[in-house]
This record gives sequence, C-alpha cells and structure tokens, in this order.
Amino acid sequence: MLVEGETHALMGPNGSGKSTLGMAIMGHPKYEVTSGTIMLDDQDILAMSPDERARAGLFMAFQRPVAIPGVKMADFLRHSTTNVRNPDRKEGEDLIPMKEFRKELKYNMDKLEMDMQFARRYVNDGFSGGEMKRAEILQLAMLQPTFAILDETDSGLDADAVRLASESIAEIGRAKMGLLIITHHDKLLVHNPPKFTHVMLGGRIVETGGIELAEELHESGYERIRAAYPDAEAQNEAMSSSEVTS
Amino acid sequence: MATEITPDAKTEILGEINKYDFRTENEAVFKVEKGINAGIVRQISAMKEEPQWMLDFRLEALEIFESKPMPEWGGDIDIDFQDIYYYLKPTEGQGKTWDEVPENIKETFERLGLPQAEREYLSGVKAQFDSEVIYGSVSEDLDNLGVIFTDTDTALKEHSELLREYFGTIIPSLDNKFAALNSAVWSGGSFIYIPPGVKIEFPLQAYFRINAENMGQFERTLIIVDEGAEIHYVEGCTAPTYSSDSLHSAVVEVIVKKNARCRYTTIQNWANNIYNLVTKRAVCMADATMEWVDGNLGSQLTMKYPAVYMMEPGAHGEILSIAFSGKGQHQDAGAKLVHVAPNTTGQIISKSISKDGGRSSYRGLVRVEKGAHNAKNNVVCDALILDADSRSDTYPYIEVMEQDVSIGHEASVSRIGEEQLFYLTSRGLSEAEASAMIVNGFIEPLVKELPMEYAVEMNRLIQLQMEGSVG
Repeated sequence: MLVEGETHALMGPNGSGKSTLGMAIMGHPKYEVTSGTIMLDDQDILAMSPDERARAGLFMAFQRPVAIPGVKMADFLRHSTTNVRNPDRKEGEDLIPMKEFRKELKYNMDKLEMDMQFARRYVNDGFSGGEMKRAEILQLAMLQPTFAILDETDSGLDADAVRLASESIAEIGRAKMGLLIITHHDKLLVHNPPKFTHVMLGGRIVETGGIELAEELHESGYERIRAAYPDAEAQNEAMSSSEVTS
Repeated sequence: MATEITPDAKTEILGEINKYDFRTENEAVFKVEKGINAGIVRQISAMKEEPQWMLDFRLEALEIFESKPMPEWGGDIDIDFQDIYYYLKPTEGQGKTWDEVPENIKETFERLGLPQAEREYLSGVKAQFDSEVIYGSVSEDLDNLGVIFTDTDTALKEHSELLREYFGTIIPSLDNKFAALNSAVWSGGSFIYIPPGVKIEFPLQAYFRINAENMGQFERTLIIVDEGAEIHYVEGCTAPTYSSDSLHSAVVEVIVKKNARCRYTTIQNWANNIYNLVTKRAVCMADATMEWVDGNLGSQLTMKYPAVYMMEPGAHGEILSIAFSGKGQHQDAGAKLVHVAPNTTGQIISKSISKDGGRSSYRGLVRVEKGAHNAKNNVVCDALILDADSRSDTYPYIEVMEQDVSIGHEASVSRIGEEQLFYLTSRGLSEAEASAMIVNGFIEPLVKELPMEYAVEMNRLIQLQMEGSVG
C-alpha cells in the first residue's frame, strides 16, 4: 500500500487506532495481528522481531517515547545506527568508527538546531515535549529507513518547532523514504504533501483519498466521516480492544 | 615448573565469559590438612613464625568461632567447615618483579590483566594466590613518601607496633562468626599506611585469586590513612568454577584520621561456587571521608555490609553498592552507617539487579547514636528485576536516638520495562543488547564514580552477565 518515496497521511479521531496500527507494524509485543499480513518489499515482516524489522528498514517515530535513564543518546544512537546499517552484525562486533559517527551526528544535530551537549543526555530522560520530538527526528535522520511511520511528530510543539520539524522531515525523507504520517495538524502535511490520505475510525480504514481529503478533515473535522460510517463510529466509541486489521 | 592452564570445557562455547574461569596447575609448597582445630591454627602461626600475641589472638578467635552459632538471617549457608583447606602456600616467597613469580602463576595474573593495569595506571599492586601474597610492588615515589603498602604477614614482621595498635580493634573477633573464623586462620591481605598529608593520585590495587578446590581464603586487610592523607584502594576477586564450594571470608579494617579521605573499591566477580562472607568496617575521624564502592557480581552467596562509623564531628561516610544476581546466586549486600558524633553526614546508594532466578537483597542499617546532633543521612535503594523468576528484597533498619537529625530513605523496585525494550529493539538493537544497555544505564550513576578503567571493566562484566544466560 505504501510505495518507496510516497507520503501517506493517516488521520482519524482520537482512539481510532492510528497509533495501534503503527505499533503493530513495528512489532510491539502488546499487539497481536490476528489477520492479514504486513509486507516490506517482498518480505512478510509479521514473523520478525522489532529489531529485525528495524534492520529491514522500518522505523517509527513515537508519540510518547519512553525514557531510558542512564543510557546516553550518543551511545544508543551509535549502536542502533551500526545495527541498522549492518543488519548482519552480531553482538560484540565493532561499532561504526567514533569519528565517522560523531561527524554525522553533528551534521544532523546542527540541521535540527540541537546542541551537541544533547547527545550526552540520557535517552528521553527529562526531555521536554519538543526535545523528545526532535530526538525522534534525529533518529530518523541517522537511521535513514526505507519506510517511516511518524506518530504525531508535530504535536506538542510551538509554531517554530513545527516548521523546523516539518522541513527537516521533508529534507530527510526527500524522494526516497516512504512516509506514513499520523497527524492532527496540516503543517507537517504542507511540507510533506501526501499522495494519499487514509481515514481511520473504529480500528478500520474507512476512507482513502488524495491530499484534498486531508485538507477537508483539517478544516471541517470528522463529523461527515462519523455520520457516514455508523458501525465504525460505534466501534470507535466502544474500542478498548487492541486488535488491528490492516 | 610446567606452565599449564587448563581452560574449562565450557570456555569455547561461552567465549569470553570465562576469561576468569580457568584453573592453574600448581603444586602447593605447603598445605595444612583439611578442617579446622587448634592444631591447624598453631600450625599456620608456626609456619608464619608469628609472635606469641598473634597466636594467642588466633586461638581466642577460634574459640569464639566455635561458640558462635551460624547466622540465622541472610542467605542459606551450607558449609562443612571440616571439608575446607584453611591454608595453602602456593610458592616460596614473594616476587618483587613478575619475573620472580613462578611462570604459571605469573601467566594466571597476565590473563587477568593485572601486570598491564599496573604498568598503565596503578601506584602499587599486591597479588594474592590462595593463601599468600605472591607478588607485591609499590612505586618508588610512594616508598620515598613513607607510604607502606605490603601484605599483612610482612607487616606483622616489619611494622609490628603499628599493626598491633590497630589490628582487630575495628572488627574484634567477637563481632561475628566469620570475623572470628578469619581472625583464627587469616593469611595475606594488604597492610597500608599513608603518612599525614600524602595524597596518592593513582590507585593501589590488590587482586585476590582462589585457585585450589575446597579452599578457604581469609585475607586480612588493615588500612590506616593518617591526617589529611588521601588514598584510593581497589580490589578485584576471581576464581575458577569447581563442583564443590569454596569459602572467601575476609576482614577489612580501615582507619581514616582527621581530614583524611579513603575510597575503597571492590569489584567482586567470584565463581558461582564461592561463599563470600566478608566483614568490612571503617572508622572516620573529624572531617574525614570514607567511601566504599562495592560491586558484587559473582559468588553463590555474598553477605557483605561495608560499614562506616563516624566517630567525630564533620565525618562523612558514603557507600555505593551494586549487586548483580544471576542464576543460582544470592547477593545479600548492603551497608551500615553509624553516626556517633554530631554534624556527621552519610549516604547510601544501592542498586541491585536480579536475573534468571537470582536473588538480590539490600540489607542496611542507619544508626544515629545519642549525642549525634544534626546528623544527616540519606539512603536510596533501587532494584531492577529482569524476569518473573528473580527476586529482590529490601531490609532497611533505621535506629535514631536524637531528634534534630535528617534521615531520608527512598526505595524503588522496577521490572525491566517492556516499553523500554521495545523502544530500543525498534531501533535495531537485539533484545540482549537492549537489556544490557538498560541495565548499564540503571547502574550508570554509580559506575560513573569509578575511574575510567574500572568503569569499563564493570560495564563489560555486566555485559557478560547479560550474555551468559543466552549461551
């Protein structure tokens, strides 16, 4: 459904299952995919662990990334960058050279207007909302996945930060990355115009359209959608289940 | 002498995890019979040509050992005291250069990385192999400053007055059953005296290696840091794995005088058949600081609670404790801080990790004596449990006899978070790498207190522990 180089928007009211879909694609152990398949290129990734999915080129920027006290951003990023670039690397084998890594990290941090001091902080530990989102984009930039899911990477940011985030993502993803953007805002989509817009309600994709659908939803909200799909709307209300159909 | 180091059969499979797990073929030059009785104690003392007072001290301690019951708290101790060798002399004499050490034993310590560490960043080294210190060196600079760093047996001969003044005064034989046992059969250990005002930049290190099977190692360490002096002492401990148990029961006494500072770092990585039952205590005088940094990764059972008695105003005691219990291991580790004088401050930070059915306990005592006005103490203990089979317990004891004091205690227990694991693995880290990273992050606040070389070693040991279960 998502082709390399294409941007898709995934929209829908709160609780409609957008993040859940993302988590299921990334392989979160809490979600079980009960039917359907998820293919990446020609590979069925459902049998893969999250790290195998990452090494195969999948990435998700999380809405609320978890803190990992005591683990420095730079150490974590050096490990993950090494593994993603060298998918066959075994534990204990060499990491990418420090000099090369630092140069690349600095380049990407400069672009995101982040101070190098940031690399010494513990992963997401005590980060402000804006710092968290920026750190997720930094990882996107370093890991250069084939397909990325961005889960509200623009929420909780002020106008300037949203602009910076949007432009950065556009630059990182330019022409080669497949993007699935989960958002409530339109800023991110202005810089990253979606080829398709999908609307989720009650755990299902109920409608797919072009960029104009995203624009409509942004301006008029979900009233039309809710009215048009009463079953899905009822499901959305009731939803506490963690099942996902994709 | 033949150089023969037999790798354990598992070495190939587990790779580096068994860096420490190899046996050295060595014919002891002298060995007492198995078991303990007054005859054995006399034999050890005679062998060492000790003065009468030390023999009397030993015999009295033996009586105390025999009269004291086994502790009923802590871990399960199942030791047959008559099935242990209490004294085993590995070589004739002690080397002052590694070339004077028999080839096989020298190679043992080379594999453990000691000579290299000595060349790179240590001021002095003692290496103990079974019952005796077989190598000792101290830099010339320290010698010239009047620093004494020798093994305790030599100190008994060469610095007998200084030794006798303090020996057994901080931890009397009556203190506990294992302190009494050590007092009866002690051998080896470090004796350190730092003259007033001398500050030692690089650490002094001792390395304790148990090589023989059914062995008891009972080193006795005494450190005196005179007024205004500073020292960092580090000890490492390893042994090969045998099917039967061995016992390590040390006594460590430290005196930190006015304005002086002592840091004592232990990285204990005993094999999993070793009972590690150790008594460590420091007294701290006016405005002096004592810090215990205690890393327990190995052994089948460790019971160890380094203590600081703050005897005079302004004294500061600090204990940083890290315990890692894997399969079949119980770390009953902790700390004791006793505020005797006013305006004394203390801090305990304990971090424990339990994995694969391992059990970590924090057992700590904070005591503020009558008269210790304005004492301040803070305890933080955090436990991380890696799976459902593992266990963590906390036994904090707080006894306060004064009103105007400040006492804090925070404790947390967490399981390694599914969310944290998912986050790291979703970025391409394997589950083992991710767990190791989370665990290293958990102890990072303590590890960053270590000198770089030891911090690297500690992280590596944790990594090995994490990988060990996979194989």
